[in-house]
Amino acid sequence: MDNRGIDFGFGFLKQEASFDMQFTLLDYDGQDSYAWAYVVALLNTLLVSFLGIIFCTILGVIIGVARLSQNFLIRNSAAWYVEFFRNIPLLLQIFFWYYAALRALPLPETAEPWFGVTYMTIKGYYIPSMIWENLNVFLSCLIAAIVSIIFIRIYARKLQEREGKQLPVFYISIGLLIILPLLSFLIGGVKLDFELPVLKQLAQTSFIFEGGIALPPELIALVVALSLYTSTFVAECVRAGIQGISKGQKEAAASVGLNPNQILKLVIMPQALRIIIPPTTNQYLNLTKNSSLAAAIAYPDLVLVFAGTALMQTGKAIEIVGITMLTYLTISLSIAALMNWYNKRIEIKEK
Amino acid sequence: MNISLSKIKTSNPITNIYIGSFLLSLAIFDVFVYSFFDLNITSFLPGNLNLFFPLIIGFVGLSFIRMEYSGIKLVDNINKHINPSNFNALLTLLIIFTVLKAIPPALSWMVLDANISGDTKAACTGTGACWTYIKVWFKRFMYGMYPNELHWRINSAFILVIALGFVGYFFKENLKKYLALYYVVIYPIIAFLIIYYLISGGAFGLVWVETGAWGGLSLTFIVSFFCLIFCFPLGMILALGRRSNLPAVKYVSICYIEFWRGVPLITVLFMSSVMFPMFLPEDFFMDKLVRVIIAITLFEAAYCAEVIRGGLQALPRGQYDAAKSLGMGYWKMHIFVILPQALKLVIPGIANTFLALVKDTPLIFVVGLAEIAGMLALAKTNPKWLGFAMEGYIFAAIIFWIICYAMSKYSYNLEQKYKTER
Repeated sequence: MDNRGIDFGFGFLKQEASFDMQFTLLDYDGQDSYAWAYVVALLNTLLVSFLGIIFCTILGVIIGVARLSQNFLIRNSAAWYVEFFRNIPLLLQIFFWYYAALRALPLPETAEPWFGVTYMTIKGYYIPSMIWENLNVFLSCLIAAIVSIIFIRIYARKLQEREGKQLPVFYISIGLLIILPLLSFLIGGVKLDFELPVLKQLAQTSFIFEGGIALPPELIALVVALSLYTSTFVAECVRAGIQGISKGQKEAAASVGLNPNQILKLVIMPQALRIIIPPTTNQYLNLTKNSSLAAAIAYPDLVLVFAGTALMQTGKAIEIVGITMLTYLTISLSIAALMNWYNKRIEIKEK
Repeated sequence: MNISLSKIKTSNPITNIYIGSFLLSLAIFDVFVYSFFDLNITSFLPGNLNLFFPLIIGFVGLSFIRMEYSGIKLVDNINKHINPSNFNALLTLLIIFTVLKAIPPALSWMVLDANISGDTKAACTGTGACWTYIKVWFKRFMYGMYPNELHWRINSAFILVIALGFVGYFFKENLKKYLALYYVVIYPIIAFLIIYYLISGGAFGLVWVETGAWGGLSLTFIVSFFCLIFCFPLGMILALGRRSNLPAVKYVSICYIEFWRGVPLITVLFMSSVMFPMFLPEDFFMDKLVRVIIAITLFEAAYCAEVIRGGLQALPRGQYDAAKSLGMGYWKMHIFVILPQALKLVIPGIANTFLALVKDTPLIFVVGLAEIAGMLALAKTNPKWLGFAMEGYIFAAIIFWIICYAMSKYSYNLEQKYKTER
């Protein structure tokens, strides 16, 4: 390496990055260091992964259950959904959404509002932003609600084991989740205002929306493509999990007098989840790794910002590619370790 | 089968069926006429009622039809399969109406209002798709920047490689034992030589075409093909290594597998294109395409290894013991007893890995190799052909869908063929 004039070292991380990112979660400008650019870009990656995981789980569970429906049409639609989105390369799907579908959206000045206050335009999706007063009071109320729900659940389980009585835990939880934050509004002095996006004319023919939160089209295309693609795999995991429970389990549960809700909650779900969760986590990991395709449509994620722009500017190929790979490796291995621990915990103890 | 009985009851089930099927056909007819002929036969109804009219009518119709047993085969089938409960009836109607609504616009965009004649952008006058664009760029999408008059070289290379792939089928009984040797060692070498000498040329009087000019779908095939045949043996070795008793072999394999499975392919490609050349001797030049193929092979081999390990673990201990008791050594035991059974078990997993590999190949676009996604990006920004991104991506999606769907169906057939009861 030396004879090629390459000096190895991580000193460049402290230098000024001097490039801009068009979408950031934290404050960032060109005067910040490379290290800070790394953190901001990593957060962008995590944001895409987080949104993708939420949407692909919702979609995947619905489709997976639909594939087992007794309704012929629903079953087949779900099957075709899976076959369709699973067999097209993710990169093409991202390109399709970004370059074809989202480009067909209206310009800001002609955009019709969705749900009254949000605007879907070619320049992105504009949603109202929330302006809180005394946010910490609200948050502590929320945390208090969650903590009390956990305690109530523990108490309910003990009560069930000791005296066989059952508490309506679900309704109590929902009630607590609504009432405590509501109290914070009424008594705690918490206020919530919405800042709506407003159309503003910049020049004769150029309009933008101001105020609110702007989600750039890159983010939308990525999240849509990632969640549609990954949801097909999640759906298959869910289907396999539910199918993996033998019919006898259900019948046995019914014969000891459990009602359908209890059968689902106490007999089917705990067993099905044991089959569903490990492969699904694997899919979440894949989604996180696939979010690096963001680089292809210029969404400022870790790969584009760090392994792309920063590498071009500094020429520190080994260090930067190394750091990028290590970052993904750390995410993957830590989730894998968590998964192993979980598997050990839930596996059926055989003699 | 639970069929919840309808609330509406009359003395005669046949009357119910008549009323129900009339209402249902009215609802479907309403949506059909509205979406195909733009004719709103219920326009006299006020706003929202007009919109939901078919849904309500259809729902009532289905609940009239729903009954335990009618004696009419069609009605019983409908009840059993698409109309077992209120909720299912609603979903059924929604699906039927969505399909009815979606057909006319899709049909008119893709076929009726589309253009395919001519060979310039001006030929596309309709409001539908411009298939002219695909027609004009078709050769580029298939062969990249490879010179037009030399396309026969790519075609014949592919035909030769595929034909050689089928040679194994015609092996006589006494040659069958060399089948694995042929596919794992001889075939890749011959295929490499064919593709190297026919497609890049430079010998036997063929003009040299550098890999920068390769592209389009043929590049996708070349990359997937080589990665596929190289990653499988490598994965097998890694899987055996991971289960080895020698700690050094075992931990090296584990580290290798976990490393490649933990990083995204895109960073691996970046590594191959910017980091890898730094470790090579100064005067040693390695083509970008070769580097990419090596990178993808190393990457996919780790996934392959995990799948094969699953198969190895699923085999009962008795198989190992039996092989050893016959006096077989490590290699003999694995080649003749363990691997054939283990590989049979993991056909679906292997097929999934290969599918993932094919779907990953468009990624080589990010390091500047113009396979089909890259050619699309190039065509899309051509000033003469702006604004046809949709057609291009739909075309590529259809091609990939067919390839991947065929692969998954083939693997399913293989799985059925080699299924053995144990």
